[in-house]
Amino acid sequence: MSSDVRFTDFKSDKQPTWCPGCGDFGTMNGMMKALAETGNDPDNTFVVAGIGCSGKIGTYMHSYALHGVHGRALPLGIGVKLANPDLEVMVAGGDGDGFSIGAGHFVHAVRRNVDMTYVVMDNRIYGLTKGQASPTSREDFETSTSPEGTNMPPVNPQALALASGATFIAQSFSSNSQQHAELVKRAIEHDGFGFVNVYSPCVTFNDVDTYDYFRDSLVNLEESDHDPHDRDAAKQKILEGDKEYMGVLYQDDESVPWEEREGLDQDMSDIPDGAPDDAMDLVREFY
Amino acid sequence: MPEDLNWAIGGEAGDGIDSTGKIFAQALSRAGRHVFTSKDFASRIRGGYTAYKVRTSVDRVESVVDRLDVLIALTERTIDENMDELHEGSVIIYDGERSTMQDVEVPDGMYGLSVPLKRLAEDAGGAIMRNVVALGAACEVANFPIENLDESLQKRFGDKGEAIVENNKKAARLGQEYVAEEYADLEFDYDIETTDEDYVLLNGDEAIGMGAIAAGCRFYAGYPITPATDVMEYLTGRIERYGGKVVQAEDELAAINLALGAARAGARSMTATSGPGIDLMTETFGLVATTETPMVICDVMRSGPSTGMPTKQEQGDLNMVLYGGHGEIPRFVVAPTSISECFWKTVEAFNYAEKYQTPVYLVADLALAVTEQTFTPDTFDMDEVEIERGKVVDEDDIDAWLNEKEQFQPHFPTADGVSPRTFPGTTDGAHMTTGLEHDALGRRTEDTSVREEQVEKRQRKVETAREQEDWDYREFGEPDADTLVLSWGSNEGAIREALDILADEGVDVRFISVPYLFPRPDLTEEVEAAECNATGQFADVVEHDVLQRVQRVNKYDGVRYKADELAGEITAALRGEESGTQEVEAE
Repeated sequence: MSSDVRFTDFKSDKQPTWCPGCGDFGTMNGMMKALAETGNDPDNTFVVAGIGCSGKIGTYMHSYALHGVHGRALPLGIGVKLANPDLEVMVAGGDGDGFSIGAGHFVHAVRRNVDMTYVVMDNRIYGLTKGQASPTSREDFETSTSPEGTNMPPVNPQALALASGATFIAQSFSSNSQQHAELVKRAIEHDGFGFVNVYSPCVTFNDVDTYDYFRDSLVNLEESDHDPHDRDAAKQKILEGDKEYMGVLYQDDESVPWEEREGLDQDMSDIPDGAPDDAMDLVREFY
Repeated sequence: MPEDLNWAIGGEAGDGIDSTGKIFAQALSRAGRHVFTSKDFASRIRGGYTAYKVRTSVDRVESVVDRLDVLIALTERTIDENMDELHEGSVIIYDGERSTMQDVEVPDGMYGLSVPLKRLAEDAGGAIMRNVVALGAACEVANFPIENLDESLQKRFGDKGEAIVENNKKAARLGQEYVAEEYADLEFDYDIETTDEDYVLLNGDEAIGMGAIAAGCRFYAGYPITPATDVMEYLTGRIERYGGKVVQAEDELAAINLALGAARAGARSMTATSGPGIDLMTETFGLVATTETPMVICDVMRSGPSTGMPTKQEQGDLNMVLYGGHGEIPRFVVAPTSISECFWKTVEAFNYAEKYQTPVYLVADLALAVTEQTFTPDTFDMDEVEIERGKVVDEDDIDAWLNEKEQFQPHFPTADGVSPRTFPGTTDGAHMTTGLEHDALGRRTEDTSVREEQVEKRQRKVETAREQEDWDYREFGEPDADTLVLSWGSNEGAIREALDILADEGVDVRFISVPYLFPRPDLTEEVEAAECNATGQFADVVEHDVLQRVQRVNKYDGVRYKADELAGEITAALRGEESGTQEVEAE
């Protein structure tokens, strides 16, 4: 790792095709800053992206990267990290990717607590398919596929994470660039699964959860006396239905990543050019 | 035909049938006899008929047969279930003191040996050992020295303490002595001869697992499913010795994605499942293939469709592994034809995967997975294992693969279709790839010419592999026979023995056993194809290869046909020409 890495080193020469004003610009910039500031470089970083507007991020960033199929970004990222724990693994996806088609993987990725970062670009809408309800859409949000609203409560990602045994839960907002980069940085530095949900407004299809709405309603935990190490306090904040918080909601400083608990520290790409020296012992076990 | 003995123990699931059968099979193997085992079982923890069958001979045995000589029946149903296989002179051992077995009627011409299994087991230290009492009784019938059981009893019960081992040895002897005394007047024809040969005993799933470790596989992700679970259970606790890891995923969708992530990180990586799991994994199969990621996907087939018959044999997934998934993408399909080949074909599969940067379906079936067979240890000579990693590029030679902007090109359209590959962590090797159609840099494209270039590049890998590898079949029987039987997968053993039977009857048959389904050897001869499915999926494949009458006009640039363009293509095809941007393949 070189010490003189700048965040622009994580930028590819491909220009984003996100709509002008999309929250994803700010979300991605914060990720790149956080990676650079934590001493990573593109050659030791692996970015996994899901499907949707957010999924394009692998193209606009420069690093080792894989753009997967819809909803499966987390198991991809876990596979990368377990096979080579020296890599910095960052998974990025949208609310549909993470909390609808991939919701099952979210629960189990949280439980497994592998040392990686999961950034969800949550715009509460399906943007790439032009405006259908997402799992985090408000229940009265009218869309092309929910003309009367969804009549279902939105998924509460932080509650889902906490109930699954999360060791790091943060809520961020893409236009608060400095704080956003700081939150991603803390997730990277966390020993375990760092979950950062980012409000990343869709300026084209969501006229409810807008920049103005988030600016007006978000309560900044950094300016409060919230103690993120207090699980009960985190639970209370997360389950409060009428407020939106920004900052680190919960962090378990005792967290030990799963790969460490399982004793994994090898780069699995490194193998001999034949069977292991003692491989005949495997045969003899069948006597 | 081998001078064989066919033995079985049957009862309710949960009666310890498997472990008792395994003790006997191991004892025979350690006594220098060949063994071929099979299981009749239901997908239940308790209840339902289940049996463990052992065929043993001094000569090699390659199949089960429809004949049962000695049966330990823990339930009356066990006798009914096996009536077709029992014959005049068969011996049935049962506990006549058991309330449910008091009315057992042994068919005429067979020997019914009522042995108080439970009572003798209690005498030895506990009723739980009644199966071992029965084993001892069977040893007496088969004239198999009882000491031969001791080593496998030690292996099975050693971790429970020496007292338990001794009690079991005693239980076996009580069973043996009971038969020797109470049925002294009966003379049985069986005589289990021992030899000095040294055999190992393993099943197909274990052979696949062992092959994976030998081949350098270090990452396995899977979700439990019959009959593939043994692969995961074998690897668990063993792959870790070599710095690897088995991950039990939340579902098959996660399993294949975990394996894909590990493969992108450079690990030799695999997953194993059965048909229902392949259904789910097919979602990600296309991503593995189009990102040109090496991976071995093992399908241990069972009866379908849907949940089907989870504990029964079928070779019904051939079409799925050959053609499954939307769109078109090459994949290799390798199907081991025996338990030892499960090992070697796994080793090969990893090499093909990495040399051609493609997913390889390793297709086994239930009959291979749950059958144990004896082999000499050198059948699995680890010195013969060669690992070929293909075009892996490191820091020293990366410059040759960078474009003018110093960007690495993971999908560079080389002449042989195989692109350079860097493992994450390699300086200057950073690159992305995606399930979207991509360019040489691995970035999304909808450019028609780049699309065509990448489609052709991926297809070219198949042509390269056809030229570089030996896609041979295995041949048995009479080379000049008029009748040619063709098969694939686990049928090889049964067909080989069937050939012996037919030869005795004066019928000459040539038999070709095909382990490579794609790419595959030339199979365009007049044949009969034998396979375990209803529609003849392999026969369809062979017919496909025989018939090449269709002149093909193909378009795969992502743009639909235009009328005038199509008219031109048809005209050109009729003239046998290739023209314009269109691809015409006339065969």
